[in-house]
Amino acid sequence: MSAPLSPQTETVTPEPAGARSSRDLTRWLPTVRDTLVAIVLAFAVGALLIIVSDEESLEALGNIIDHPGSFLVYLGDFVRHSASAVFDGYSALVLGSVGSASSLERTLERSAPLICAGLGVALAFRAGMFNIGAQGQALVAALAAGYVGFTFDLPFLVHLCAAVAAALLAGGLWGGVVGLLKARTGAHEVITTIMLNQVARFVVLFFLAKEAFQRPGSNNLETPVVAESARFPQVFGLHLGIVLAVLAAVGVWWLLERSRLGFEMRAVGSNPEAARTAGMSVAKVYVAAMALAGMLSGLAACMTVLGLSQSVTENVMGSVGFDAITVALLGRATPLGTVLAGLLFGALSAGGVRMQTSAGIPPDLIQVVQALIVLFVAAPALVRGLTRVRRRTTTETKEAGA
Amino acid sequence: MSTLVTDPTGRPDAPAEPQVRDRADVRRQVKLVVVLALLVAVEIWFKLEITDPEVSHLLKGPRSAENQPVFFDGSYVSWGAVAITAVALLLAVLNRYPRGAGGVLLAVLVGASFYGSFLMWAYADSALPIAITNPLGGTLLVATYLVLGALAGVVCERAGVVNIAIEGQFIMAAFFASVFCSLAVASLGGLPLFWTPVVGMVGGALAGVLVAALLGFFALRYQVDQVVVGVVLVTFGYGLTSFLRGQIPGDQAARLNRPYQLENVEIPGLADIPYIGQAMFNQTLLVYLMYLAIPGVWFLLFQTRWGLRVRSVGEHPKAADTVGIDVIRVRWQALLLGGVLAGLGGSAFTLSTGAFTSQMSAGLGFIALAAVIMGRWHPIYAALAAIAFAFLRNLRDQLSILDEKVPGELISMLPYLATIIAVAGLVGRVRAPAASGQHYSKGD
Repeated sequence: MSAPLSPQTETVTPEPAGARSSRDLTRWLPTVRDTLVAIVLAFAVGALLIIVSDEESLEALGNIIDHPGSFLVYLGDFVRHSASAVFDGYSALVLGSVGSASSLERTLERSAPLICAGLGVALAFRAGMFNIGAQGQALVAALAAGYVGFTFDLPFLVHLCAAVAAALLAGGLWGGVVGLLKARTGAHEVITTIMLNQVARFVVLFFLAKEAFQRPGSNNLETPVVAESARFPQVFGLHLGIVLAVLAAVGVWWLLERSRLGFEMRAVGSNPEAARTAGMSVAKVYVAAMALAGMLSGLAACMTVLGLSQSVTENVMGSVGFDAITVALLGRATPLGTVLAGLLFGALSAGGVRMQTSAGIPPDLIQVVQALIVLFVAAPALVRGLTRVRRRTTTETKEAGA
Repeated sequence: MSTLVTDPTGRPDAPAEPQVRDRADVRRQVKLVVVLALLVAVEIWFKLEITDPEVSHLLKGPRSAENQPVFFDGSYVSWGAVAITAVALLLAVLNRYPRGAGGVLLAVLVGASFYGSFLMWAYADSALPIAITNPLGGTLLVATYLVLGALAGVVCERAGVVNIAIEGQFIMAAFFASVFCSLAVASLGGLPLFWTPVVGMVGGALAGVLVAALLGFFALRYQVDQVVVGVVLVTFGYGLTSFLRGQIPGDQAARLNRPYQLENVEIPGLADIPYIGQAMFNQTLLVYLMYLAIPGVWFLLFQTRWGLRVRSVGEHPKAADTVGIDVIRVRWQALLLGGVLAGLGGSAFTLSTGAFTSQMSAGLGFIALAAVIMGRWHPIYAALAAIAFAFLRNLRDQLSILDEKVPGELISMLPYLATIIAVAGLVGRVRAPAASGQHYSKGD
């Protein structure tokens, strides 16, 4: 299991500062173009799904087959119906994500946990590890934050800090143990994180069944809502989670690009043997990267439990942990990219609700589109083949192979 | 687990063996002694916790007029279990623990006695007289998905393709099996109802192959990281099936999502074996298929020319290429065969339990993946691990009707924890096929 699971994106070899700025742009442009094409393609497939599941379009299609004589009439029907179905769906998606102040708020609310957890996945990526465990890390962190939030009675800022600290600790431990196992025994992080995700689910269920975690008067397995003093402060109805998320992104950028530990992470990520030969402690990097990744997932849990003040249930994190993987992949494991990808996926998620209420399209379509975006982004050769954009230089192929 | 790696030299009762023993051997013995001693201690604790040892069982089959719960004194089982485990412990202390088949047999015996002792404890003193039921039927239902999924994983990984997408194959197969079967019921009037689930199985297998083909398309053709594709395909499968399920209008649900359930087929003779006959040999076609698939995959992988190619491609693709094997083609074949297996496993979700609901595979695909690893990438062992995991899951379901004595969540965690322990090398080291997860292209 020594498969190189590093993201097949940019190389992380350190370069002299002078050479960077000019090369960055040339390296970025095709990336941006490929990403945009991937997004458009994914939405095209989504549109196809909308059409084949739209009743009126299907009826028109059936009519074409039944009455080949009036082919043109029914073809027009089909095009009209399918176009209106797709337009209804996608316009609801746009309106629901950025159409009004309240929908913009919802977009930011949903982006914040995605960005944080995505940063966790991205950070582990850069250290050469594929962290599939964001879901489990966020789940135990949600439980910890919730427990501190609804059990204790503390003054405002102290309580909030205590709840966040509990979440970071729980997430950090849940992630750190993966790094420790990898460093000490070579256990592959993909396997251990997948397994720990499931373990986390049952740990949370185990605690939810306990008296101390039960919401009074509720028959469901859910905890009480956190106390007022443990909630994120709000400005214009928007909690400050998104600010924290952006700060976390800046922190990760600083860590990766400017700090000694980050340099070691990138070195280990590109070649652990070389890093070890150079005198770095690979074990330390693994543990640190996974613990930090877990803490970032824990921060994501804070957004939901302390920001939106939801009671902790088995499903409190939704699929944030898995979406975080797609966010990090789409963002190419860079902090800026992750923030942008998180905003995009947050918008899609917020718009998906509107799409269901006004166009009757299940929000699960968004999940499909997200998956497709990542697949297309991960296979640039496919996208280029589909759009018939010729590869410009041979240096690009070299980079891809490196 | 730190007790397992204590320094063996500090043990006073180490017997003076004439032959030379290396450290690993001594360490293995110490681990065995510690584990068995723990088991004995827990079994004695179980026994001492019981105040009224009388329990009842319904092992012959479901409750009916002539099949009433049989009451018996659980003390015999409890003390018998302690005795068996103590004998094993004694053998281990004297370093006479049998090796090979005898050792496996003794391990199974110890496991069974621990299970018995646990059951006595769990069922004794309950407020309502709840009978111990036969675990085989429920285990086999879960084992159908897990074994077929695990075999799919083994075939793929032996060829060097990591298949994280088993969960995605399950959910897609469950959905399309339901749709195919329901459509067959609604539109194929001439087909006897008994055979309509077979149409569903075909649909499930096709869905499994579709996911496998997507995995191959991105991972083999475009060389995207296999784990990335696998993870994304799980999301894709969940999203697509939930979307399509949501798009089925209410009045169409009967036509598109009401699968006819697989009927049991009794195998004459074998079904009359007391206790296990009805549970094992009065089963659905999918279960029999699962029985056949285990030796079938073993035979394919280890006794045929194609299997040798698959394994060589997974261990050392370059060497395989050098002797003229088309690496990518063999990987595609293995991947698609795995798709068929996982698809059949996934179709059991709807064809054996009812209409499709969103996310009904509920992480079982990941248990199948765990079974692949626990089974050390070997079809027989992986199938055994899958059956063990299915047994645990069924045990949890059985115990859920009892009161709070045993937290079911802890039992549910066991397969995952066991897998983590296994990959961490705390109990024997497991090794994946060398080239698993690695791309291959001729130029490299």
